[in-house]
Amino acid sequence: MGRTVPLQVAVNGESYESEVPARLLLVHYLRDELKLTGTHVGCDTSNCGACTCLVDGESVKSCTLLAVQCDGAQITTIEGMVGDDGTLHPLQEGFWANHGLQCGYCTPGMIMAAADLLARRTGDGPISEEEVRKGLEGNLCRCTGYQNIVKAVQAAAEAQRGVAA
Amino acid sequence: MSVVQTPAGRSVGQSLRRKEDPRLITGRATYVDDIVLPGMLYAAVVRSTEAHANIVSIDGSSPLGRPGIKGVYTGEDMSDLLAPLPMAWAPPGVEIKTPERWPLARGHVAHVGDAVAMVIGEDRYAVVDAAEQVQVEYEPLPVVVDVEEALKDEILVHASLGTNKTHEWSMGGGGDIEQALAASDVVVERRIVNHRTAGAAIECRGCIAEYRAGQLTVWSSTQVPHLVRLFFAVQMGIGEDKVRVIAPEVGGGFGGKLQIMAEETLCAWASKQLDRPVKWIETRSENMAVSHHGRDQVDYVRMGATRDGRITAFHANIIQDLGAYFGLLGPMIPELGAFVMTGCYKIPVVQTDITGVLTNKYITDAIRGAGRPEMTHMLEVTIDQLAEELGMDQIEIRRKNFIPEADFPYDTPYGITYDSGNYEAALDRALEIVDMDAFRAEQASLREDPTRPLRGIGFSTYTEVCGLAPSRAVGPSGFGLGIGLYESALVRVHPTGSVTVYTGASPHGQGHETGFAQIVADRFGVDPAVVEVVHGDTATGPMGLGTYGSRSLSIGGVACAHAAERIAAKCREIVAHNLEADPGDIEVRNGKFSLKGDPDQGMTLAEVAGCAYIDATKMPEGMELGLEQTLIYDPSNFVFPFGTHVCVVDVDAETGKVSVVRWVAVDDCGPAVNPMLIDGQVHGGVTHGIGQALYEQVVYDERGQLITGTFLDYALPTAEEIPSFETDRTETKSPSNSLGVKGIGEAGTIAATPAIVNAVIDALRHKGISDIDMPLTPMRVWQALEEARGRGEGPRDSEQGVSLPPQGEGSAGSGPTIPEGGAS
Repeated sequence: MGRTVPLQVAVNGESYESEVPARLLLVHYLRDELKLTGTHVGCDTSNCGACTCLVDGESVKSCTLLAVQCDGAQITTIEGMVGDDGTLHPLQEGFWANHGLQCGYCTPGMIMAAADLLARRTGDGPISEEEVRKGLEGNLCRCTGYQNIVKAVQAAAEAQRGVAA
Repeated sequence: MSVVQTPAGRSVGQSLRRKEDPRLITGRATYVDDIVLPGMLYAAVVRSTEAHANIVSIDGSSPLGRPGIKGVYTGEDMSDLLAPLPMAWAPPGVEIKTPERWPLARGHVAHVGDAVAMVIGEDRYAVVDAAEQVQVEYEPLPVVVDVEEALKDEILVHASLGTNKTHEWSMGGGGDIEQALAASDVVVERRIVNHRTAGAAIECRGCIAEYRAGQLTVWSSTQVPHLVRLFFAVQMGIGEDKVRVIAPEVGGGFGGKLQIMAEETLCAWASKQLDRPVKWIETRSENMAVSHHGRDQVDYVRMGATRDGRITAFHANIIQDLGAYFGLLGPMIPELGAFVMTGCYKIPVVQTDITGVLTNKYITDAIRGAGRPEMTHMLEVTIDQLAEELGMDQIEIRRKNFIPEADFPYDTPYGITYDSGNYEAALDRALEIVDMDAFRAEQASLREDPTRPLRGIGFSTYTEVCGLAPSRAVGPSGFGLGIGLYESALVRVHPTGSVTVYTGASPHGQGHETGFAQIVADRFGVDPAVVEVVHGDTATGPMGLGTYGSRSLSIGGVACAHAAERIAAKCREIVAHNLEADPGDIEVRNGKFSLKGDPDQGMTLAEVAGCAYIDATKMPEGMELGLEQTLIYDPSNFVFPFGTHVCVVDVDAETGKVSVVRWVAVDDCGPAVNPMLIDGQVHGGVTHGIGQALYEQVVYDERGQLITGTFLDYALPTAEEIPSFETDRTETKSPSNSLGVKGIGEAGTIAATPAIVNAVIDALRHKGISDIDMPLTPMRVWQALEEARGRGEGPRDSEQGVSLPPQGEGSAGSGPTIPEGGAS
């Protein structure tokens, strides 16, 4: 694997110090080293978004980032979205309630991309269908036709605004 | 949305949240690449860079010296395999020339990506590096990629076969097709290219094999674990008792994992050599090259009719591009479409002629719809052309030819019996939603403003055949499949009254764990939450056939229902014994097996299970203990879902860009088990069809090089291109099974493409355009508009539609970029 380099990251609130190969992709660090297999690989070209996670609060496609590029970063994966008491994140709840997933393979990436989308919003009104569709165009789903994903994200946004869905 | 009313406490008909989801939304599901076994090695496959060549030499000595590399193997090393990769269709009386296909090539490669060697090593990255070090010397051979060129036999894909034509298959019914066409007042003809597409599940394929002490265990991202086990028994000469195949969480299939995969064999064989588990995970670029493709037909169709619009004859001459070899079902795909050649219509004389052809491309096989989208496309775009020729409305011509509700069950000229249908009702409901008068007014007003897009509406009134399949009809002595397509269920009530259901169906997103639980729960008066559905493991349940062809509910679900009903009958006897009543007076009501007319008297399933497993004195004399039933259900007929899909598009006349602005889908798949799951299947199915119609195309260049090798080049639709769908249902029971249900997984895909093409033509007909082949990329639509401008505006004559020259790279407008041109 060639040269290794030191890496220090916090993933889902836990600190890790590792020696990793310089060319190790972030997604393989998460999956193979930390055994966080909820982050998936769906393409080689950063088109599908199945590998999306948050690095310092911003969504990134972890198949296109070297682990060492994240030295010192705070990373959140799908596993980190569940509350300490097991409570589902509003997005997880939204996807479940609205049938926003079928095979589930793209789902963790969708949820992480949607989390970033909702966090970036500046307006405080309801999020429009168009806004969600545009915001998720970097994540591919072959099962759902996106409609229920859009509904799921809108429901989560409403829940976060404190509005009953 | 029509809502099904169900008796209180019944879960069938309710949109229950899925039982599958908690693990999937929290990152806790286990897909094949999530599995790590002690001592596991990784495999990488060396693939041909040539589309057609003889292999002169393969030198694997360089990678063998690299640290952690355990083995480099070629086809010659694997000479102990007992059988090549299978094709499972041998129709009686049809001669089929079959090219041998081994997991690793034996001296000859016939498409880009053909596997020539395998490297095994300790590390995921290291084996990929090592594979690049394997030196393969090729002697290139001439390449043929165009299917009609291949039919000339000037360049042979497999010299040993002496021809590229693998087989011809014809089915006719109702009379002589040529006479019927000659006697018709009008005949419309057209050539349709139904282009090559990819399945493109977001999880690529992958597998792990562990051969240990004579026992083989394989985890594979497959739709058909039992068929994989059956094939391993044949190919490696081990009994099925020594083979276990597990489909763990499977990240989508769409037909692409209805295959016996070469890589499954590679891993199993290597594991046996090295005495270690071996994992192979496909990359996306491998997936685009060597996960089977779909469609790829050139279709010549002729439709005859009377002057007043009654269809008299329909002929399809299908040239099927099989690629370089056969997949599991490849040559059978157009034949499946032929089963519904008459669609929703009374067509007295029909004929289908199919020619299978080999080319230097990857194999084509079943992808969502498998033959039925192609046939429905032919029928539904041609009927629009006929309407234009006759000056009839596209709705009127459909109504005029519909099989009336009173005629069901209806025998088609092919001797196939449509189980049930009410095509008028679905069309009427769709028209209520659409409001045609308002649409035509809007369309006309948009045309008055040249800065506005051109708007069009397209219809697709479809029926399809699914619920595969009655075993006697399709098996070895019937249609010629290598096995019947029954399905199994094992229902086991536990001593405390919870239930485990083992199904031979093998889902990959459809929601069987929820839907099947609803069916079983209702038969016992329990909450679906206490019914666990187990699937995808040959070591747990009985022989099963898997999930494809929209078969799971109407075969697998019915098997579960029948098994549960047999146990419920036993429960009634036990309850009757304890209440000193007649079993006929016991019914499931309010969560109990209770006495009719006196519902307070009764026993819950848990109480009945207590008798059956714990206190035998409460059982009727002589009755076997336990509550368990294994059952294999074989249907008496197929099922034929149907419906009307309506698509509204906007076409930008400057750029040729097509946008779908509205989609109304009224589908009838019989009584709903879980309406939410049905809607989900329709959404996804239609999206798959929109993808083919507008964006997706597998393209090879003239040298057989794959141009669309990644998701950068192969344009799956994103959330931005897809509209929100307006779905509704009618419910017409099928007499084919006791639940009255039909399949819904493929219906949307089958219905979709002609609705879009018809809508685009409706938008452009006044410009003199009446035919554009898919995918309707901005480039193609723009070219059609330019050619029409060159001809001068106005209605075109009734000859063959606009023929397009080969197209260059790129596309106008925004949206996904799609490479054009090439031979596919």
